[in-house]
Amino acid sequence: MPAAEGVRPPARLQHALLASVFVIASCGLAYELVAAALASYLLGDSITQFSTIIGAYLFAMGLGSWLSRYVGGNLVRRFIQIELAVGVLGGFAAVGLFLAFAAQTGPFRVLLYLAVLAVGTLVGLEIPLVMRILKREVAFKELVSRVLAVDYLGALAVSLLFPLILAPYLGLMRTGLLFGLLNVGVAVWALLLFRDQLPRSGGLRLAAGASVLLLLGGLGVAGKVSDMAESWLYTDEVIHMESSPYQRIVVTRWRDDIRLFLNQNLQFSSRDEYRYHEALVHPGLGALPGARRILVLGGGDGFAVREILRYPQIQSVTLVDLDPAMTRLFSTAPLLTQLNGNALKDPRVSVINADAAIWLEENGEVFDFVVVDFPDPSNFALGKLYSTGFYRLLERHLAPGGRVVIQSTSPYYARRSFWTIVATLEAAGFQTAPYHALVPSFGEWGYVLAGREPPGLPSAYPEGLRFLTVAGTGDLFHFPADMACLPMAPNRLNEQSLVRLFEQEWHGAAR
Amino acid sequence: MRRRDFLAAWGAAALAGCAPGAAPPLPPGELAGGDFELGHRLAGGDFPAPAETRRTGVLIIGAGVAGLSAAWRLQRAGFQDFAVLELEAQAGGNSRSGRNGISAYPLGAHYLPLPNPEARAVRALLADLGVLRGDPAAEAPVYDEAYLCHAPQERLYRQGLWQEGLVPHLHLAAGEQAQQARFFARMGEFKAARDDRGRRLFALPTAYAGETPASRALEQLTMHDWMRAEGFDAPSLHWYVNYACRDDYGTDYRQVSAWAGIHYFACRTGRGGEGAGETVLTAPEGNGWIVNRLAGRLGPALHTGCAVHALRQGPTEISVQVWDRKQERSLEYQAGQLIWAAPLYLLPRLARELPAELAAAIAPLGYAPWLVATLSLTAPPEPGAGMPLAWDNVLYDSPGLGYVVATHQQLRRDSRGPTVLSYYRPLSDADPRAARARLLSTSRETWAEEILADLSRAHRDIRRLTTRLDLFRHGHAMVRPLPGLRRRARLERLAAGWGRVQLAHGDMGCLSLFEEANYWGVRAAEHILAGAGGRLRERLV
Repeated sequence: MPAAEGVRPPARLQHALLASVFVIASCGLAYELVAAALASYLLGDSITQFSTIIGAYLFAMGLGSWLSRYVGGNLVRRFIQIELAVGVLGGFAAVGLFLAFAAQTGPFRVLLYLAVLAVGTLVGLEIPLVMRILKREVAFKELVSRVLAVDYLGALAVSLLFPLILAPYLGLMRTGLLFGLLNVGVAVWALLLFRDQLPRSGGLRLAAGASVLLLLGGLGVAGKVSDMAESWLYTDEVIHMESSPYQRIVVTRWRDDIRLFLNQNLQFSSRDEYRYHEALVHPGLGALPGARRILVLGGGDGFAVREILRYPQIQSVTLVDLDPAMTRLFSTAPLLTQLNGNALKDPRVSVINADAAIWLEENGEVFDFVVVDFPDPSNFALGKLYSTGFYRLLERHLAPGGRVVIQSTSPYYARRSFWTIVATLEAAGFQTAPYHALVPSFGEWGYVLAGREPPGLPSAYPEGLRFLTVAGTGDLFHFPADMACLPMAPNRLNEQSLVRLFEQEWHGAAR
Repeated sequence: MRRRDFLAAWGAAALAGCAPGAAPPLPPGELAGGDFELGHRLAGGDFPAPAETRRTGVLIIGAGVAGLSAAWRLQRAGFQDFAVLELEAQAGGNSRSGRNGISAYPLGAHYLPLPNPEARAVRALLADLGVLRGDPAAEAPVYDEAYLCHAPQERLYRQGLWQEGLVPHLHLAAGEQAQQARFFARMGEFKAARDDRGRRLFALPTAYAGETPASRALEQLTMHDWMRAEGFDAPSLHWYVNYACRDDYGTDYRQVSAWAGIHYFACRTGRGGEGAGETVLTAPEGNGWIVNRLAGRLGPALHTGCAVHALRQGPTEISVQVWDRKQERSLEYQAGQLIWAAPLYLLPRLARELPAELAAAIAPLGYAPWLVATLSLTAPPEPGAGMPLAWDNVLYDSPGLGYVVATHQQLRRDSRGPTVLSYYRPLSDADPRAARARLLSTSRETWAEEILADLSRAHRDIRRLTTRLDLFRHGHAMVRPLPGLRRRARLERLAAGWGRVQLAHGDMGCLSLFEEANYWGVRAAEHILAGAGGRLRERLV
């Protein structure tokens, strides 16, 4: 219909259309930034994600511009349709991708790039259409300069707003939905401005109304969705992310603070991990000048091994960790091996990837000192590793005079759980010496030192410790009233009381 | 896994990948179980003349829990002049087990409750096996933690939710919870109830049970009718009680005697020390760990694949005609004493001179057929809503009794590896004869479809995860404790035996329970020991 090409907007509408170009441009850049930021957060490696997402998006915009030649008919109607489509698709892209990622259904990268290509193509259609609508009114030279200037202005505005306000305060999902609403707003505005040029616009009005409601609804539940998916979001830059068969491993960095998350649970912050690991290793090992053979169960990050290797008399360290992905990461990634002093590559260290209890059942070796650094007993499978049955098994691997130390969750947040672990060790025949240390990232943290004889305290520590001193060690073994000993039943395999207690206590802890 | 199975499994996986949403084909597997053809041939007696005659002091027929317990008791007294004959290729009876590349698994009985103080022989056996530590006579002896069923023990799938324990307690109609509480209070009273001689009415082994007119009356009606008469009508309670009867007796509560139904709830008083409480002993192979260790001690005294087809009592000894299935030849055993530790219904068929009143005491016994499915899974099923995977996982309103997880007792942190499920299906929904015919005539494929359909109500991924589904059929798995069977005269006639033949089987007390079978086996052995060597140094029964 060539006649439709000739629809001429009244002069007063020019400014309105240019204003909408500003909004459209903002939205276009916002979708691109949301997609790139989302990809960086979820997949890690931000340079690659930003580069490929922006590239794909620009390519799709080019595709859209080229395809615009095939768009005919009532241009205003087409424009409104495209705005509605961009608004809904672009608006919900982040939500949809988050959910797809969280549910781990389907190939996430394929979905991501399909969404980027679809939104980019639609956005690419917008500006050519606006220029065609305006071209009868404005000279070409003038048109290009005005539209593109406004276009780039809109981009500038969002590029500043996004990192300063939108992403930090609204989050990616709400930002996407908000810009979706703006896009739909432009469509509604156009519907009003051009109402006399749009015969039979009932369908469009209906679609516009539905889009607004949909996006508002999205904003309404975004809080809930983001609560669900926010656990996948890390506040800092993700520098490594992988899913092993056992867990989801995420390493983040913010300035000099490197953090490890396993299944969203913080494992260490490089700012204070030395407190955790010095307290884990030295009160026990420092009192065993004759210790030669050391076993570490869990602790695939190599930090405990780093502390163990401070003792020159150590001949062998056997590290048994379930997940090869963890030990591989902490033996090869430069940033991380710098943190653990390349401990896992030390010739005295052998790394074994096995299930700790099964490995203990199948091996007869004995050790002078055993570090047990398992995740907290948050489920029945992990709870078995804090049971009388497991500790009896462990005892069989202890050389005469040997000691074990157990990371034992927080005696402050999970006081009954902590003292249950102590009672469990005692029921399994150990003499115990419970202690605690303050690790700012975790709060008050608990450990239990145990042996066949009552464990003594060290009279000297190796050089270079940043947290422990011989004089201060005694204090760690003193428990203030709010963490003091409670009479607890041991955690036996047939009851697994610890798992239930742990769940209650951490559920109740304000975190 | 054989090559064909391997290819079939891969083919299944590939097809599943090609057609998402379509039900994958049936996993491969085999149909196994008792040799029914031979069992039926035994009655015919069509065998060649014996090629060899062997003599033994005591001959034990049957290497189930009763026969193995008898042999254990003889060995314990230093008596070695005995032989054990077992019809099947593997000893163990209802406690048999299997093993594949993933785990050992039960083919029948999968647990033993911590034994009552009166089950002295069971306690002595467990002490001998090293699982009960310290004094076996203690009120609550200490048991090896590795054999105590680990938590979480049981869960029930009902209305889309897994709940802890097997007694339905979520989403109940008004009043059901109160009725359950009243029912369990009643069971508590029965647990404590004694006769005027101070004997517990619901002791286990049942030979120690006392009697009152009221307890005799419970023998005259079914469990279902008793519940109605007592005003129990809550559907969840009826389901649970029927589940218990089908689980322990393979028989519907509309047929089980009220005495036996109540016995299930009232008999257990065994407790363990060090926090074990009232729990059960189990292992990946179910009760297979017990019978395998007992059978292992017998060495050459155990003869499997030996079918007894005739039994005659002479003036000084007993003559037993045996068909050796492995060597395909006939044997004759001549024994001074015989312990019949096989199901009692077989005896009249093989011993033609059996006294009529003994045959009449055996005649009313009927047996429930069972099907046990072994499902090999690449990983445990998705946990579903509610309670996580437990050892025993039961589906409400299912024809089956749910499944136990063979790898549950493993001390492993990563619980997502391959596992084996044993799914139990008593054929309690029809007359035993018809049910047995169905058990034998139904193809593996039909059973497998039925079982997978049942499980997929709770586990949509069960077909995808299952790489093998093997079936084990027990034709005469459990004696059915119907009303009227516990008449004292009848029980006494069975206990009196037949000359040089002692009867020893769970059938004697009409309960297919480990403690019962063990009691009768040990009792027969002690009877013979007392006769042979005068005074016994210890009496376990």
